[in-house]
Amino acid sequence: MSKYNTHVLICGGTGCKSSNSGQIYENFKTILGEHNLTDEVQVIKTGCFGFCEKGPIVKIMPDNTFYTNVTPEDVRNIVEEHIVKGRKVSSLLYVNPENNEHVSDSRHMEFYKKQVRIALRNCGFVDPENIEESIARGGYEALGKCLTEMTPEQVIAEIKASGLRGRGGAGFPTGLKWELCAKNKADQKYVICNADEGDPGAFMDRSILEGDPNSIVEAMAICGYAIGATKGLVYIRAEYPLAIDRLKIAIEQAREYGLLGENIMGSGFDFDIELRYGAGAFVCGEETALIHSMEGQRGEPTLKPPFPAVSGYLGKPSNVNNVETFANVPVIIIKGAEWFSSIGTEKSKGTKVFALAGQINNVGLIEVPMGITLREIIYEIGGGIKGGREFKAVQTGGPSGGCLTKKHLDTPIDYDSLVAAGSMMGSGGMVVMDETSCMPAIAKFYLEFTCEESCGKCTPCRVGNKRMLEILDKITRGESTMDDLQALRNLAGVIKDSALCGLGQTSPNPILSTMDNFWDEYVEHVVDKKCRAGVCKKLMSYVIDREKCIGCGKCAKGCPAEAIAKTDYTAPGHKLPSMEIHGETCIKCGACINNCKFGAISVQ
Amino acid sequence: MATIKLSEDKIQIIKDICASFGNRSGEVINVLHGVQGQFGYLPAEVQQVVAHELHMPVSKVYGIVSFYSFFTMVPKGEHPINVCLGTACYVRGAEKVLDALKRELKIEIGECTPDGKFSLNCLRCVGACGLAPVAMVGEKVYGRLTPDQVPAMLAEYR
Repeated sequence: MSKYNTHVLICGGTGCKSSNSGQIYENFKTILGEHNLTDEVQVIKTGCFGFCEKGPIVKIMPDNTFYTNVTPEDVRNIVEEHIVKGRKVSSLLYVNPENNEHVSDSRHMEFYKKQVRIALRNCGFVDPENIEESIARGGYEALGKCLTEMTPEQVIAEIKASGLRGRGGAGFPTGLKWELCAKNKADQKYVICNADEGDPGAFMDRSILEGDPNSIVEAMAICGYAIGATKGLVYIRAEYPLAIDRLKIAIEQAREYGLLGENIMGSGFDFDIELRYGAGAFVCGEETALIHSMEGQRGEPTLKPPFPAVSGYLGKPSNVNNVETFANVPVIIIKGAEWFSSIGTEKSKGTKVFALAGQINNVGLIEVPMGITLREIIYEIGGGIKGGREFKAVQTGGPSGGCLTKKHLDTPIDYDSLVAAGSMMGSGGMVVMDETSCMPAIAKFYLEFTCEESCGKCTPCRVGNKRMLEILDKITRGESTMDDLQALRNLAGVIKDSALCGLGQTSPNPILSTMDNFWDEYVEHVVDKKCRAGVCKKLMSYVIDREKCIGCGKCAKGCPAEAIAKTDYTAPGHKLPSMEIHGETCIKCGACINNCKFGAISVQ
Repeated sequence: MATIKLSEDKIQIIKDICASFGNRSGEVINVLHGVQGQFGYLPAEVQQVVAHELHMPVSKVYGIVSFYSFFTMVPKGEHPINVCLGTACYVRGAEKVLDALKRELKIEIGECTPDGKFSLNCLRCVGACGLAPVAMVGEKVYGRLTPDQVPAMLAEYR
């Protein structure tokens, strides 16, 4: 048996894998082999570290050195310098942008300082494909405690007391949901894990499943014990192959260790988990639609009641929780409801995982206590806006949420304050925008998504959203009137009130919140026919400054629409006649601006 | 609907997949996942066989195929290109990359080039938002793309 004294942790999350962390892993194996260190140094592929902006990330334990932007070629240097000689490779360390100092320990980075990791506790620490590592970090201890020391009622009471609310978006109290399901008597009940993360720009659930699948397996078993279910089902997107693989491995290993299956830990409790695959439908995040999809039907929602707790999968009582909700459960059982409820705000306890993305310096996966402000997230954890540009808006809640602006920067984030501000928590997408984002265009972007994903069952959503999209399209093309804006607002209100499920009821949110917070910009599009962000193509034109143009013709060569031609004017001091762009043929791709070395082309 | 023109061995493959799920109509989504995994897409003839095996109307199978975006009735190119249009990629200029791809390939979204080499589609969030904007060619992810990098990216496969 090998006795490792050093551990190399390599991020195997989707982001880092995309930038070749697989090759980094192979190189470590080979080069450590060359130095006969394979018995002393263990190389592990972990889940997401969160700091995706600086990926691929390699961490060396026990000294907690955090290497960023590692390439496969850097591996030799890390092995020979750091591991063999004990000297840190400073060129790969994180550089604090404020004072240009190298930071080797992740605990001292701004990105991590304000984070509290509960749901992500094991991501980046354990090998997700090895259950023993999970167990070594306390995995399945909570299940053991439930089965041997607690009654199902006590488990539910603990979760209720913790104040945990559903992390999928709506924020329904989890303990209450369990209790409702537990009360219903049936020969078969189901625990369902909703891993159908469809929100564009959000990857929290996927990262948890990829980084710590065992905590989900454990939490589902705890839920099964609490509500009296012996079967668990995970509804997971087929587009998440890595998460599926790791979950399958975790389930398989849990069965081998007697942590799933019959008579778990000799307690007489049986529980097993199966996977069901989604096929790409956003509406399937809604629990009734999800259940229909699992039954092999179109994923269309139905009216509640009956709630799934009464009549769910195959008509049996079912409890549906989101991945992140489950990830919190084992910690609550071990550390207690009191500890958990000490974190967060009065009505929103614990932490929330956000996928921080967009025009921000530190893109990544973060977990913060409820009640933190947007300012802390964007400027401290996120490191501010990319390129030193001005902050304009932050979008939370995906297609169901809204855009918050500067005046909301100091609002403490929890379920209720976000709704009050016109957005919502949602599953945890948080996209930061600067002045290069056009708000009517963003609203249109989300509505295109909703229209595509509307299941078509109810008229407000199927037809109403389409009409709203048409109006937004007119606005971004500069063909609308102020009456259109009024019609848009009215329509949004009607859809909100009359749609069947959560998707339709929240689809006007991106429009309403951008209208509330960026009304001027809408008016500009309508009245002045201007897009200040320079996004709406119909509202802008590319112009060549004929005094600055030297007539080199590079713009014309690179123009895919052949919209640029010579004029008969030669500017003073230049030898060749200047060029001009023909507005009718120009497709506004921007290629000419990139090609012009003399700054003669601008957008107006 | 088209009359079945599939070869016997292809029909057998579909039948085997259906049988592996016990020919239960409730497993139709899993069956379709399996069949699309084999053939790459789900043309009408294939749906007919699936419907027959699972004892359900073809209209139901078609209803499911057309409902879920993962299923497609159009064959993919040899190198399927997927541009991420998740919000993070969108605000970092994914649309411009998509426009450049359309121009270079001379096809629209959902189409395949006449030589069958490339097909162009969009998807919502690859999960690599740190690399936004992102496009995938086959399984390979290209991050931090700009429109002028597109020709070089395609050249790798031409």
